[in-house]
Amino acid sequence: MIKKDIKNLLQNTGVAPRRSRLQESWRILKGNSLAFVGLIIFALFFCTALAGLILTSGTKPVFDPAMVRLQEKLLPPLSSPNLETLRPEEIPKLGVYLFGTDDLGRDVFARMLQGAWVSLTVGFVAVGIAVLIGIFMGGISGYFGQSHIRVDQILAAFVLLLGGGLLAVGAIFSGSALLLIGSAYIFFSRWLKKGLGKQPPPKWMKVFFAGVISIDTLIMRLVDIMLCFPSFFLILTVVALLPASMYNIMIVIGLTSWMGATRFVRAEFLSLREQDFVTAARALGVSNWRIIFRHMIPNAIAPVLVSATIGIATAILTEAGLSFLGFGVPPPHATWGNILSDGKRFIFDAPWLTFVPGFAILLVVLSFNLFGEGLRDILNPKLKERY
Amino acid sequence: MDNILLSVQDLKFYFIGNERVARALDGVSYEVSKGETVCLVGESGCGKTVSALTILRIIPQPPGKIMGGKVLFNGQNLLDLSEEEMQKIRGNHIAMVFQEPMTSLNPVFTVEDQIQEAIMVHEMVDEKSVRERCIQLLKDVGIPSPEERLKDYPHQLSGGQRQRVMIAMALACDPDLVIADEPTTALDVTIQAQILNLFQELKQKRQMSLLYITHDLGVVANIADRIYVMYAGIIVEQGDTSNIFHNPCHPYTQGLLKSLPGRAKRGSKLHSIPGTVPDPAHKPGSCPFHPRCDFAIQACGTEFPRVCDYGEGHLSRCPVLYENKVPKVN
Repeated sequence: MIKKDIKNLLQNTGVAPRRSRLQESWRILKGNSLAFVGLIIFALFFCTALAGLILTSGTKPVFDPAMVRLQEKLLPPLSSPNLETLRPEEIPKLGVYLFGTDDLGRDVFARMLQGAWVSLTVGFVAVGIAVLIGIFMGGISGYFGQSHIRVDQILAAFVLLLGGGLLAVGAIFSGSALLLIGSAYIFFSRWLKKGLGKQPPPKWMKVFFAGVISIDTLIMRLVDIMLCFPSFFLILTVVALLPASMYNIMIVIGLTSWMGATRFVRAEFLSLREQDFVTAARALGVSNWRIIFRHMIPNAIAPVLVSATIGIATAILTEAGLSFLGFGVPPPHATWGNILSDGKRFIFDAPWLTFVPGFAILLVVLSFNLFGEGLRDILNPKLKERY
Repeated sequence: MDNILLSVQDLKFYFIGNERVARALDGVSYEVSKGETVCLVGESGCGKTVSALTILRIIPQPPGKIMGGKVLFNGQNLLDLSEEEMQKIRGNHIAMVFQEPMTSLNPVFTVEDQIQEAIMVHEMVDEKSVRERCIQLLKDVGIPSPEERLKDYPHQLSGGQRQRVMIAMALACDPDLVIADEPTTALDVTIQAQILNLFQELKQKRQMSLLYITHDLGVVANIADRIYVMYAGIIVEQGDTSNIFHNPCHPYTQGLLKSLPGRAKRGSKLHSIPGTVPDPAHKPGSCPFHPRCDFAIQACGTEFPRVCDYGEGHLSRCPVLYENKVPKVN
């Protein structure tokens, strides 16, 4: 069979078949069945979450996650509603409680649909924030890492911070004056050096232009400090201080998980910076920022994408954990975490209240992890030509 | 005088480490006229590549530092320009072809993307004409079926094709000067000959100058109008190709030419210059070649070699020759 294929191939074309990059990736993905299953589950989850957003929102949603039917409470999955005691608008649209009902008689299926959207957005937005910060910080630290921050720049940053603080306290006049001075200095310091020209600056100015700490050290120590905090407790603290809302949780998770991406990007940049094609790009007259964002990041993005996929799973888990502890999205809105936490009181009477969201979380997190692993193979250029 | 395109004057470039200073360029001067092919010849580590990178200022500083000298391009000192002004010179007026075609192309972009980038950095052109220019460039550098090759990634091309793409990128903005840094070293001999022919063809067609850096004297004999022989950060001899090959004066140049394999020398042992290149951090302040030189005299170890003029632009930097005032003939 294979022999025949090869024979056909040789006779028909005479040249190797040309495949686009996407086709090549698709082939590698199909070869990896675990990753393929992961992708399918991920796609299903994505569609479900989108459908959930449409079907459960609005004033008259198709599936109402907040509809309380006290006489129908704690029904097991697949049980039919009692049509005689329910008003017509209270009857679930499927005609059956697919995942059962909870202690207030709310349809768990509708609540799961609503929660899927929360999980999806929290996962993607939080990781999006983390990856953006990570790429930016890692890129700067890897590319410009050797240059030093000067004393005058640190002073200007201090002036800016002080101005911001004063503004926040309420001293509007002095605060804005300081802000103005700081930003004006940063704006004009470009020309300050040029204006001095070739002659060395006077001695008292030399102190200001002395480099203190390299950018690389500054950013990487910041990463180390951030990694020192046990991140879940950091998130808990911040969430406890902030008003509970979905957006706060996304931002907080994003702001506490950028360190991995930063380290990845920096490590890649350190080796990429010495590559010939970067020198070649510079010899063509490409500017530094363009080299970073157009030439180097596409080369450095592969490990970041893989860790981001797995990071989405972690973010979903973190959000579920926060909701379970009651620090997450506020109660009337359903999330997988708070369905789980509501259900734990009835774990022996109504196990489906914990098993359904628990299993959903497991499935989604697992699919992201598997897909992340597969993505690593796809993005590895050495595997590309082997098939 | 206004025929001179690039003039490097007494360029000094040092690498400054923690406890030692490597003097990579120790006062190098050379000139490239319009439409001329100039070769920089020398063995590995003598500062050929550093001098090219210093012209474009794409060498990392620190650890490198320009200690003095001028790089005049069309009468403008490139070392005085700001980084932004320099970016307009690179690629647009001076382009460079690198040694390793395998690593000099960005692996994640197609050939089209990369050539487009070379054009778009300097000119605002619409998409369609950029594409036409890319195809034309690939045709110029002799790549068959350029329309299809445009969609290829670098790993799908052979070494020779990649080097052609690199040349196409260098030519994208019609530069006045192309610096080729050993562009044929990584290629096999047949491809090497093709690339050399290509360079000569393009040079004639486009009226550009070529600064060709190599250690291969065979290549030099083929394409150079003038030759500069470098040794350990200084230029030891310069002159027309015929002068250098038929009438070499400096002991180092003589040694280099003697160590070329030739038909007459078949069967006999190949000549080699005794000793090794001095460590750039510990090389003598006088003539750097004198520890290996057969003719060394007292003055060689004490003073910086002075220039000996043989007319027709044939100069040689050697204390022995300066003392004797006559070309040494073996």
